[in-house]
Amino acid sequence: MRLTYPTSIKIVLVPCTGKVDVIHILRAFEKGADGVCVIGCMEGECHFKSGNFRARKHVEQAQKILETIGIGGGRAQMYNLSAGDGPLFAEYAQDIHDKIMELGPNPIKLKKHKAA
Amino acid sequence: MIVADKKPVEEIIEFVKDNKKILILGCNECVTVCEAGGKKEVGVLASTLRMYFLNQGKEAKIDEITLERQCDHEYLEEIRDVADEYDAIVSLACGVGVQFMAEKYHSVPIYPGVNTCFLGATEERGLWTERCQACGNCMLGITGGICPVSRCAKRILNGPCGGSSKGKCEINKDLDCAWQLIIDRLKALDRLDDYEKICPIKDWSTDRAGGPRKVVREDVQI
Repeated sequence: MRLTYPTSIKIVLVPCTGKVDVIHILRAFEKGADGVCVIGCMEGECHFKSGNFRARKHVEQAQKILETIGIGGGRAQMYNLSAGDGPLFAEYAQDIHDKIMELGPNPIKLKKHKAA
Repeated sequence: MIVADKKPVEEIIEFVKDNKKILILGCNECVTVCEAGGKKEVGVLASTLRMYFLNQGKEAKIDEITLERQCDHEYLEEIRDVADEYDAIVSLACGVGVQFMAEKYHSVPIYPGVNTCFLGATEERGLWTERCQACGNCMLGITGGICPVSRCAKRILNGPCGGSSKGKCEINKDLDCAWQLIIDRLKALDRLDDYEKICPIKDWSTDRAGGPRKVVREDVQI
């Protein structure tokens, strides 16, 4: 397919998105990530039945926390796609990239740099 | 177990916003089971506070410790050497743990990180319901194992009242009428004769009405 997606995206593999907890998303932001995008299987097609639903809830919890502390809930997003759907992955990757570019860098990262 | 719910993070921030060294103290017992104040929740709160302070341009050191229990001297002693180093401690234990901490460590303000709700059971993940009001005078033996004190909105001892309709309570159509449950259970046990017995006036002096309570067991005291 030779598809391209933004180079700003770093992929972290997990056995199932159900494994991604709120703390993993928060730690990424704490360490300076500008955005976190969790991409799970299609709803209803989770090999472990409800992993992707669980992931969505965790993303929503993280969004609430990020919104409360002024970092922006929009920086954490959840998408669903089939493992064989490369073009849609590239589309989602571009989408999250555009959203984060619009939001700008993680304010924590900027303040950390300033303090240093 | 004691069931607690998370406190809104805004409320916790309000408590600690002017402090520079904060300890988030979790508890490995009830609040871990009801996912409000265990090691995982300690991590999430600590991370949230770290990001909050950074975003405000303030410097703060947020540490995380989770004790086996916060309602026993021996476990609370584990932080004896470090407790005084902090400007504030946020305890994610139930109200008992928070108070026991405050009694033990006088020089550091202790803030609650959860709202303690009731004594209940886990019906399913994310759903906890009340089962006991710790009235100090258990009557489950005569009510088929269903407690009218905690599960009847009126706490009546000879029910049901006129508000029971189709097995539901008048205060909420999703709430089972405790006395309907008691009758159904006694019927299933072939003990409906017990239902006919009038329950005498309960001694409420063992409940909260008698003020703060204590249990003294000389047989186990050393």
